[in-house]
Amino acid sequence: MPLSGKSLVSILDLTPEDITRVFQVAEELRRLLKRGKKLNAAEGRVMATVFMEPSTRTRLSFQSAMLKLGGSILDFGEVERTSIVKGETLADTIRMVDSYLIDLIVLRHPGEGASKLAAEVASVPVINAGDGSREHPTQTLLDLYTIWRELGRVSSLKVGVMGDLKYGRTPSSLCYGLSLFPGNEVYLISPPELRMRPEVLETVKGKLRWEEVRDLSQVIGELDVLYITRIQKERFPDPYEYERVKGSYMLKPSDLEKAKPELIVLHPLPRTEELPPQVDETRHAKYFDQAKNGLYIRAALIAEILELRW
Amino acid sequence: MEEQELRVRKIRDGTVIDHIPDGRALVVLSILGITGEEEEVVSIAMHVPSTKLGKKDIVKIENRFLKPEEVNKIALIAETATINIIREYRVVEKWKVKPPARFRNLIKCPNARCITNFGREPVEPAFEVIGLSPVKVRCSYCGIIVSGRDLLELVRQ
Repeated sequence: MPLSGKSLVSILDLTPEDITRVFQVAEELRRLLKRGKKLNAAEGRVMATVFMEPSTRTRLSFQSAMLKLGGSILDFGEVERTSIVKGETLADTIRMVDSYLIDLIVLRHPGEGASKLAAEVASVPVINAGDGSREHPTQTLLDLYTIWRELGRVSSLKVGVMGDLKYGRTPSSLCYGLSLFPGNEVYLISPPELRMRPEVLETVKGKLRWEEVRDLSQVIGELDVLYITRIQKERFPDPYEYERVKGSYMLKPSDLEKAKPELIVLHPLPRTEELPPQVDETRHAKYFDQAKNGLYIRAALIAEILELRW
Repeated sequence: MEEQELRVRKIRDGTVIDHIPDGRALVVLSILGITGEEEEVVSIAMHVPSTKLGKKDIVKIENRFLKPEEVNKIALIAETATINIIREYRVVEKWKVKPPARFRNLIKCPNARCITNFGREPVEPAFEVIGLSPVKVRCSYCGIIVSGRDLLELVRQ
């Protein structure tokens, strides 16, 4: 198993073959778990979840995945975060958690590159569950998995990525993930203040074609996938500026009239105004399936890293 | 080096850093920690005509031989520089600087949210070189890419 014992810091740590293999394992787990099969593949194995930023769904999705595999959870918890407030370093926290005879650490931390540091310090594999604005590789795995399930491929796609491309970690991770497969093109749709970070564009250069556009209506007719993220008010120094731009980066049901019938709309959730509930009823809405896929893809990843068999 | 020898006298023992990009001699001095308080004789020539570079700077330091980390730092902001080791008025060694593929602890990461800038984390800033002309480096932790004037500022700090 190529992922056995390895950390996942960036989606770029994976090869296209690794990713396809995780998809296949996720499909297998989906079949088994839907049939109500009780798995004990991870019996006696412990996954520690260390979330130093608020997160509900990613943490629950990881925990549920490990429990479904028959393993146990050690959660760093809210109260323990006080040790961070007291000034404990991430490196010390990881060493401490590592000493409790665990098999895997899942980390979310505001520091960019925190997972890389944790992986250097820990004796067990570390999965990055979001590090600052940098990356969120398991979100990308589930995004790609959703695309693969819905459209049958993760190559030769035209993908619109809309919203906060500067501070959001899911758009950058998604671009890295799409760059691993041939023939993908992305349209980056954002206000000028929230354009994709130059290092992301530099990293995907030559592997992913991209174009920055100001307005969704320019490109909606061409897209296979529209990936929407939330624009946060606090990113704008001037609240009036936020009010002015936000409408341009919302998906209106009328926008979908020009879309291809097979277009899928994804969103990492939670959503606010950028994705109105009227879109939920359209055939394009796949974001709730996307959220469900998180469980299977994370279970598959854990299974691959811990070399689980059932 | 014949023409420059006329501008600045030959040194007996020490280091001549030649082919420094025009105007960067003072940054090279700051990399070497030369403030003027030192004993060594230091000669600087700036804006010297050069066939290769158009104009270049030269720094000569008597009785001083550079540490590898100093040469690496020079390579980040003066990729055309050559280092000449002088003993008894003769060039005994000469090489063109080349930035290392990866390096630690030479410069700080400019990204305030990078884990290497988080409080007391026991981690040294680390970079990989992703471009040579001009030099472009990427933080191994947060991934930010730095080149040009921003890199010059980081090296100067």
